[in-house]
Amino acid sequence: MSTPQRAGTATAPLTPRPPRPHRSDNIEPRVPGPCRTVEPTRMTGSAGIVRSLEEIGVTDVFGLPGGAILPTYDPLMDSSSIRHILVRHEQGAGHAAQGYYLATGRPGVALATSGPGATNLVTAIADAHMDSQAVVFITGQVNSTAIGTDAFQEADIVGVTMPIAKHSRLVTRAEDIPQALAEAFHIAATGRPGPVLVDITKDAQVGEFEFSWPPKPELPGYRPVRRGHPRQIRAAARLIRQSARPVLYVGGGIARADASAELRELAEVTGIPVVTTLTARGVFPDSHELHVGMPGMHGSVSAVAALQQSDLLITLGARFDDRVTGLLASFAPGAKVIHADVDPAEISKNRQADIPIVGDLKEIVPDLTEELRRDPDGVGMPDLTGWWGVLNRLRETYPLGWTEPEDGLLAPQKVIQRLSELSGSEATYVAGVGQHQMWAAQFVQYERPRQWLNSAGLGTMGYAVPAAMGAKVGDPDRVVWAIDGDGCFQMTNQELATCVINRIPIKVAVINNSSLGMVRQWQTLFYDSRYSNTDLNTGHGTVRVPDFVKLADAYGAVGLRCEREEDLDETIRKALEVDDRPVVIDFVVSRDSMVWPMVPAGVSNDAIQVARGMTPDFTQED
Amino acid sequence: MVNETEPTQRHTLSVLVQDVPGVLTRVAGLFARRAFNIHSLAVGVTEVEGLSRITVVVDTDPRLLEQVTKQLNKLINVIKVIELAPEASVQRDHLLVKVRADATTRGQVVQAAELFRAQVVDVAPESLTLEATGSRDKLNALLELLAPFGVRELVRSGTLGVARGGRSMTERALAR
Repeated sequence: MSTPQRAGTATAPLTPRPPRPHRSDNIEPRVPGPCRTVEPTRMTGSAGIVRSLEEIGVTDVFGLPGGAILPTYDPLMDSSSIRHILVRHEQGAGHAAQGYYLATGRPGVALATSGPGATNLVTAIADAHMDSQAVVFITGQVNSTAIGTDAFQEADIVGVTMPIAKHSRLVTRAEDIPQALAEAFHIAATGRPGPVLVDITKDAQVGEFEFSWPPKPELPGYRPVRRGHPRQIRAAARLIRQSARPVLYVGGGIARADASAELRELAEVTGIPVVTTLTARGVFPDSHELHVGMPGMHGSVSAVAALQQSDLLITLGARFDDRVTGLLASFAPGAKVIHADVDPAEISKNRQADIPIVGDLKEIVPDLTEELRRDPDGVGMPDLTGWWGVLNRLRETYPLGWTEPEDGLLAPQKVIQRLSELSGSEATYVAGVGQHQMWAAQFVQYERPRQWLNSAGLGTMGYAVPAAMGAKVGDPDRVVWAIDGDGCFQMTNQELATCVINRIPIKVAVINNSSLGMVRQWQTLFYDSRYSNTDLNTGHGTVRVPDFVKLADAYGAVGLRCEREEDLDETIRKALEVDDRPVVIDFVVSRDSMVWPMVPAGVSNDAIQVARGMTPDFTQED
Repeated sequence: MVNETEPTQRHTLSVLVQDVPGVLTRVAGLFARRAFNIHSLAVGVTEVEGLSRITVVVDTDPRLLEQVTKQLNKLINVIKVIELAPEASVQRDHLLVKVRADATTRGQVVQAAELFRAQVVDVAPESLTLEATGSRDKLNALLELLAPFGVRELVRSGTLGVARGGRSMTERALAR
């Protein structure tokens, strides 16, 4: 028990607060935006689409035109309040809209034509669905009379996206457009956020109708719960007071609910340790003494052990994903579970909850804090001295780190750490998927919500460049780093053209290990170092196809290369000085660096390895 | 505690939906994704214009049933989902069956039909078509009885169900 006061519980004030005013328990359907009144005006459906977006308050749209959406691009040209950014591939529009949402909290919008335009959005729709992001996708569709005839560029995109969208809808009449769009934005942004697709036939865009605003949303089947049930909150508070080894298991739901400040208050009032999952990085500051790290397959030992040894998981907006739990049956075996989430279907989906609380975390978390402060039975907060002793020892014994590569090339972890130190926590960091993503989650210092964007649930390679572009459009005053892999970068780097032409000066750090690094790591560990199809030939001592510096140059971006540690800081500084165009840095790193710690797939979290074959004995209590 | 699989049981769900294109696909798709065995599914209009009601009979363990019910409730076009417990609801199937029947066996088939209050709805020289309504078990018993004569064609509706008592599912769903 060296530093029990680290948690700071003794100084936390426990004075009750006046009850907060009662709000509605459900979210009523409402028209998003400023909700101005527009008297009936005759216009085409396509003008109605643009006008509806304007009335909803949309200012930025990412898209690419084509036959079935052409009518809408015409009035879009005249809109003074909507900036349309022409992407080079519809997938880029989708991820950009996701990045825009994550950076701003305002729904992103992507626009595409029918058929291949729409199917190119599918990855982004699935990604936004898995990570609960409010994005409205608008697609053109062939004439209603041609639907079902295998017409040119026809695809049943509503059918295709049914299992991967929060909602989708086909609109075949101009007069249905305003209401369909108002409902789409309402559904996307409320409750558990998610992607909504509105597929609008060409004849609906061309047809004339009387536009008026606001429309009347009619969603009898959609009433997300706002407030957590008071009885459940009281029960949760009781369980917390009785616990000895509680952990705040915090997921991306806290980010979506914009409840970072509320979370911090709950943590500080109780002194309970906090773990932040991959989607929650930054919602609780890394530098805070109550933060014990990221849990999961590549989480820190302290965070993984905290969950495994806990007797109470206070689960806030997390969903017991397999990358967090490892083998589910052996996850946190001694823990009771409080599970608060806006989506009732998440509760007891993977792990049975003892105390379920359904509602908006923005309401639940402060309600819970208040109930704990009120302390009607006079029990006080649990004494966590012993628990903090265990966790502090783990934190000190197993800090995140890496071994220097033996080939003399850069350590990727070092590159990312210096990026973070030189750019600071006011910058935004966006990652693709793979080793670089895990290192970025581990070695960037996260201090604020919206600082970290990545494709967590779907694990979409190629997410970083377009998502960074969207984040920069949404929040242009921030430095935006896309930390990308050489594999990921080659999937979507065409959006560099979009960034250059539209003056969206993102910075791309290609962590170039010349391979599909995470797959290679698994081949090293589980396939006897047989490297089947993971070599990309982009790195040190290879033919360098493509040469990322030349590629950047060809796009009119700044291309830099860094191969030695002594050039690291200077290269990053040089990139930070560029403000008028995108920068791409080719960080040529060792391909043998691996992501540690690691819980091998399908085994218990207790088998976490801090390096190859090294499993700490953290189950011993002191 | 950690979840464990429990034995499966037959459940009847009543799903009140907005009558919009694709709603049946969405509902059926949810069951398909979780590999539920659907015994029957019946759709039809309700007393409220624009609302339809789907009755689904599935085999599942209670935990998976809870999950699929929650997933159904997440569908924007789904207004309400209830489970119809056998003891608190009326559940009926409807069937049409074409049975082999010539001059020598026709009398026996008609007799069997009468026992089950089935109606003869079509007569041909070599067959009889019967119509019957009842609980699933009753109709199964009828079919067992008819089997020796030779069933040439069988069409069954899905189960329809309604809760016993005076309360209305639609009224309560819309009153929220």
